[in-house]
Amino acid sequence: MADHRRGFFRTLGMFFTDRDRLEPAVISVLAGAFSLLAGVLLIAVASKNPGESIWNFLVGPVLRTYNLYYVMVMMVPITFAGLALCIVYQARYLTLIIDSTFYMGAVTAAAVGILWPLPPGLHPVVAMVVSGTVGGLIGMIPAVLKLKWRANELVSSIMLNYVFYFLGSCVIIYFLRDRNQTILASLPFLESFHLAKLIPNTQLHAGFLIAAALVVAVAVYLYRTKWGYQIRMVGANPRFAAYTGFSVAGVVLGAHFVSGFIGGVGGAVEMSGMYKAFIWQMDPSYAWDGVIVAMLARRNPKFVPVSALFLAYIRVGADFMSRRGDVAFEFITLVQGMIILILASDTIVNYFRTKRAQAQALRQEKA
Amino acid sequence: MEFLDFLAGVLASPNYWFIVLRSTAPILLVTLGAVVCEKAGISNLSLEGSLLWAALVGVVVSAWTQNVWLGLAAGILASTLVAWTLGLFALRLDANPVLVGVALNLVSTGGTVFVLHALTGDKGISSSLDSKVLPFWTIPGVKDVPWVGQVFSGQNLVVYLSLVAVVVIGILLNKTVLGRRITAVGANPEAARSMGIDVALTKFLALTVSGLLAGLAGCFLSMGYTSNFTSGLSAGRGYVANAAQVVAGGTAVGSIFASLLFGMTDALATFLQNIGLPPELIQALPYAVTIVGFIVVTLLRDRRELARKRALTRVAS
Repeated sequence: MADHRRGFFRTLGMFFTDRDRLEPAVISVLAGAFSLLAGVLLIAVASKNPGESIWNFLVGPVLRTYNLYYVMVMMVPITFAGLALCIVYQARYLTLIIDSTFYMGAVTAAAVGILWPLPPGLHPVVAMVVSGTVGGLIGMIPAVLKLKWRANELVSSIMLNYVFYFLGSCVIIYFLRDRNQTILASLPFLESFHLAKLIPNTQLHAGFLIAAALVVAVAVYLYRTKWGYQIRMVGANPRFAAYTGFSVAGVVLGAHFVSGFIGGVGGAVEMSGMYKAFIWQMDPSYAWDGVIVAMLARRNPKFVPVSALFLAYIRVGADFMSRRGDVAFEFITLVQGMIILILASDTIVNYFRTKRAQAQALRQEKA
Repeated sequence: MEFLDFLAGVLASPNYWFIVLRSTAPILLVTLGAVVCEKAGISNLSLEGSLLWAALVGVVVSAWTQNVWLGLAAGILASTLVAWTLGLFALRLDANPVLVGVALNLVSTGGTVFVLHALTGDKGISSSLDSKVLPFWTIPGVKDVPWVGQVFSGQNLVVYLSLVAVVVIGILLNKTVLGRRITAVGANPEAARSMGIDVALTKFLALTVSGLLAGLAGCFLSMGYTSNFTSGLSAGRGYVANAAQVVAGGTAVGSIFASLLFGMTDALATFLQNIGLPPELIQALPYAVTIVGFIVVTLLRDRRELARKRALTRVAS
């Protein structure tokens, strides 16, 4: 076996025993690096002061402790979105309904946080469970539409995102709005609703630990339980999965419920960890980030934290840079889009594998 | 009852139907493009991005050159480039077209804001640019006909062009060699290839058609429907077209009904705001109706197919 392990991978092979596991990681890193390079080039073209802007973008997040905490806080919703996407993506379903589940989860949590007095400690947990359930039910809708009426889940989830966004803001405006404020904001949350801060006087809240625990839970769920195995089997070959005798529809719906549940909890965590009232003027939309994280991590929850760190880092870097320079924050979408484009291209992703197969075929021909 | 009276009043007013035509036109154009792509067996989910770039580039170029037609041409070119990028990745690099579409829309949503900010220093609206507006036409004979004249005359050029586009796409799909090739490639690429049809080229041409149509629609949004580029002005119309395409059932005429569904609810929304319904719910209405239409049509289609299969088995046995 060892004879066709050559060059670059042979060297790396000394450290990693399993090449098939290493290759995807290398490609993800390359995709990230290449997209980052494209982003840097764009800044170089667009900025009047390119050196400083690029410095702020790449190093800004580690320059200040405040920014470091900001990166960690930003990782939380991105991790939730990434995990939610990993689950449905394992079953080869691509929905962006995470936006709805996250937003409605936040709205539900705001309602619980304002209207339902509960003891501290218990209060945010109850909010998370309620929000998660709401999110789970919403998350199942595109799957139902697909299973029952073969409606493309991506298109229907995007349509539903509009519907739920307007529905959610309706709830805030008509039931929870603070009439004394000129801008749109809900009534303040009850004191007991707030998540504890991990480090006092920073933004870093206990949601970070919840996200970390969830990474482990989802990794176990997908790779160590019967349900996870069924989800992956449905993704690999739905027909075979059906022949083995379990209900494909049930598995798909279950996966979407869990995915939506995670999205709903994510919204609740954001509310109770970051805010004193519901003040979102628009949908924060983490669906794209979720897609990117899931693709970078190759659908494996184990790699979600690293991917989320990367995305949070460049987001904070871009934010820091745009505040101090002349380049708009939105340039970051180029970096994000490039990552998806590269990782979606089978020709690029399978480049090494194809090369190896060709080399092997040539060798066999000679022999 | 009061509500029904109100509804009847709205539906009878020429003003309502004028707005219906106006909001249907861009959706109709994009839906036609989506129909052509779907026929060729490639999902073009980058239509939203096409709309945004066309709208921005049209405004910018028309302001620079002070010529609305150059703006229109540049906008259409920009939109087509987006479709070609999708083609490049999906056809040459074997990428999943859905993911490529998603990525291109992400880049377009942010990229248009980025470019707008770089050019004007404003992230929201292009009002500092002195951009041009596509001409509105008054039709001499029709203008004086009561009711009809109020609806059909005085619309923007693109509204009339969208109706022409239905005929053109209908002919393209049903009466031309390219149309036949598109249908063949979409139905069975292997068989088409064995007949000597260049599958990738045909898909590429289908994408080009959708890019041109979306370009026209995008320019209309910023140079006719409104007279500025605002960030996110496409408001999901590209995605709506992907849903409407299913409702249209793969025909040019079907596209009219599918996009009318959206246009009518969209126009109704502006009237419903007058009777004190929450505006948020009204804004959600067009998207909700599109989903419902989408489901109803797939349901009917499945039923019809099932009935046909049953009939076939009856004949066989």
